[in-house]
Amino acid sequence: MRAVEIMGILLGCGMAACAASDNTFLIRNADVYPVTGAEMKGVSVLVQDGRVADIGARLVAPKGMRVVEAKGLRVYPGMIDSGTELGLSEISAVRESVDTGELGEFMPQLHAVVAINPDSEHFGVVRVNGITSAMTFPSSGAGGGGRFGGGERQVIAGQAALIHTDGWTWEDMTVNRSAAMHLIFPSTGGRGGRGGAIPDSVLELTPGAAGGSYTQARHTYEQQISKLNDFFDQARQYQKEKNAHGAGFKPDLKMEAMLPVLEGKLPLAVSASRASAIHDAIAFSEKQHVKIVILQPRDIAKVGAELKAKNIPVILGRVLALPETEDDAYDDAFTQPAEANKAGVKFAFGTFNNEFVRNLPYQAATAVGFGLPYDEALKAVTINAAQIWGASNDIGSVEKGKWADLMVTNGDPLETQTQVKYLFIKGREIPLVNKQTRLYDKYMSRQ
Amino acid sequence: MNKILLPALLVVVHLSAETYVIRNATIMTVAKGTLKGSIVVKDGKISEVGEKVMEPAGAKIIDAAGQYVIPGIIDCHSHIAADGGINEGSVSVSSMVDIKDVINPEDIAIYRALAGGVTTANILHGSANPIGGQTLPLKMRWGKDAQGMIFEGATPGIKFALGENPKRAGNPAGGRGAPPTVPARYPATRMGVEDTIREAFNEAKVYKAEWDAYDASAAKGGHGIPPRKDLKLEPLKEVLEGKRYVHAHCYRADEILMLLRVADEFGFKIRTLQHVLEGYKVAKEIAAHGAGASTFSDWWSYKVEAFDAIPYNAAIMQKKGVIVSLNSDDAELMRHLNSEAGKAMKYGGLSETEALAMVTLNPAKQLGIDNRVGSIEAGKDADLVIYDKFPLSDYAKVQKVLIDGTIYFDRDNEVSGRAAKQAEKQKLIDKEKQNQQRPQQAPTRRQGQ
Repeated sequence: MRAVEIMGILLGCGMAACAASDNTFLIRNADVYPVTGAEMKGVSVLVQDGRVADIGARLVAPKGMRVVEAKGLRVYPGMIDSGTELGLSEISAVRESVDTGELGEFMPQLHAVVAINPDSEHFGVVRVNGITSAMTFPSSGAGGGGRFGGGERQVIAGQAALIHTDGWTWEDMTVNRSAAMHLIFPSTGGRGGRGGAIPDSVLELTPGAAGGSYTQARHTYEQQISKLNDFFDQARQYQKEKNAHGAGFKPDLKMEAMLPVLEGKLPLAVSASRASAIHDAIAFSEKQHVKIVILQPRDIAKVGAELKAKNIPVILGRVLALPETEDDAYDDAFTQPAEANKAGVKFAFGTFNNEFVRNLPYQAATAVGFGLPYDEALKAVTINAAQIWGASNDIGSVEKGKWADLMVTNGDPLETQTQVKYLFIKGREIPLVNKQTRLYDKYMSRQ
Repeated sequence: MNKILLPALLVVVHLSAETYVIRNATIMTVAKGTLKGSIVVKDGKISEVGEKVMEPAGAKIIDAAGQYVIPGIIDCHSHIAADGGINEGSVSVSSMVDIKDVINPEDIAIYRALAGGVTTANILHGSANPIGGQTLPLKMRWGKDAQGMIFEGATPGIKFALGENPKRAGNPAGGRGAPPTVPARYPATRMGVEDTIREAFNEAKVYKAEWDAYDASAAKGGHGIPPRKDLKLEPLKEVLEGKRYVHAHCYRADEILMLLRVADEFGFKIRTLQHVLEGYKVAKEIAAHGAGASTFSDWWSYKVEAFDAIPYNAAIMQKKGVIVSLNSDDAELMRHLNSEAGKAMKYGGLSETEALAMVTLNPAKQLGIDNRVGSIEAGKDADLVIYDKFPLSDYAKVQKVLIDGTIYFDRDNEVSGRAAKQAEKQKLIDKEKQNQQRPQQAPTRRQGQ
């Protein structure tokens, strides 16, 4: 029956063409971990024109079809990093090689996708560790216009893209060219870093800690929030004028870029770290009736219930991070994912730095060590990310109809020693080589 | 009264090393394989390790069934516990300054490192100058004073630095063609870095010859006037005498080779090459010189000289005969060097023991303290880490850390003590709020005094 079906598919698209195409093949006799369902031992995966066509125990490859023997190996969906600068930054200390942070405070019209360099060495490096997709953010980390001096603090940094980590051009790599609008929410105490963020409760008592008195910092903060609201109000006014088709209406690229946000079609990805900022960001989203995703939150224990109640997903930042203040528990960052899970908040992981994208699975493993159930960790690097970024019809699990973004490993992908044996992106086999493996081969052979 | 009691209490807690038996553990000794058995800890030392041991009467039992014990982790490159700046960057040769003078035993990073299984760390001067300040290893004895943290008897070191960092201070801000906004400091190129080191040792050699002549004459009963003590050259003289280790920050293959040749020329050894991200390109030369290599597992791309860094670096150097350690240079990374070692298994296929040695026995050898620490063997310091799971993995969590046979970190106590600490903090905040709400008294002294 199965074989007949396969023949049907093959005949449907022209036997010769399909047999010869490199994105049609069978992975035979593997243990498949679809993530969205129970694992299936000893089954085969049929990939047809880059998508998963079937999964089952009795699939047979017709003559001429490529077969990947995978006895003893495991098939997982490729991993998705929900916060990177991939393609935008090559050598982080060299300005000429970094395109993450543009000048300007409100820059919703910028598209990260158009500045992605498909030949960045980073893609090869992250692929061999099983990362098949990534969110590339404008100004994802400590970047912004101020990163190399000059430029004011960015508020709206531009549109993030969901991409595959392989492709001939950025168009070829695109999964969703505009997956989120990046808003860097104002804060009173500076965010992240080595004890950089000080909670408001302490700031109130320590004049000078916020770079001036707390009252001053609070005042600046409120001004920034009001400026942000003004910008959104202006965009809404523009929307009204546009809909009214008034005479003399002139298009404005900044305002145009805001329309999908106002219409609830494009989520605002909001960088907000401490509880007070997250709380304010939620209040802001309700006031402006926009959909939000919180990036790099800490203090999950304090805001988890609210996030859950309002159905707001989060992208957890690096698990392997220091506590934000001296008084925080040593394992504060390690336990954020477990806290998020306990609160019932939907979450995925981001590494927010190109250099450590390849360590995405190890961030997830640390979270497991500190209380996150294993299955949730795996979802957070696959299907949850796809769902949060609106791409779960195409990526994030091993299921019929989705892109064959497949990672074939010799063990648990979150475990350090595990090796990726095969990698497929849209059914294309990715050679597991990169700049680093080439240098390894070259210098191992030096006598 | 409280002020007197508290230190007394600390002394009681930290100095009386108990006798312990750690039972039923998987013991990764590093030196002699992995076994299931027990460790006896007595008088701060490991007194016995084996499948069956003689349990001393009255020993406290730590049941480690299902758990793993490894030697205390040694970080060969750290800057924690150093108060304020670690870069005396105003001069090209800052060998007169010493990290020992700025140890801050209250740095919270010490406790966090401990919670990540680190028991010893090599605290280095920064990398702003070709020849930097003096360095030393510390034990993470959280709660002790600065003196109490020092690894007794360990050979002191000195930091060297090559490449982008030392030449950056020599490059006027503003880049090529822009008017200098800060005075340039020599050197500004890798050529100048070599020259700076050679000039310094040229001087040090003369200085040493003067002292040698004086010492020889004094030994024969001569009454000559001793040469003037030079605090800059004294540590370099010690390097020439093999009494002080050189820990050299470096990245590119050319500069690594350069330093080895300068050292050969002046007749001293480079004890460790630090970072040494292109060490894999000149592993043969490093092994021939006898230098150790202390590198990152997988850091790369953060600057130009880190763009050829590969995660196979540690494995290649090891396979080509270099003693290799994996370090952190970072208060966060320091907390999971165990899983960094796991990466040496992934990238380059080293065995469990070889990988674990890169954060225990190998750095101990590099720091010349392997007679005391680095493996689980009878007679060595009882610096031990107990993990709940296989330690070369990110799933593993530190349960207990012993230094000199004393428990310095205990996860159960840490977790159960949190509520009380939080309550104490809240009380302090409330009290301070009350203080601030009281009407301020008018200042009694005039302004401007």
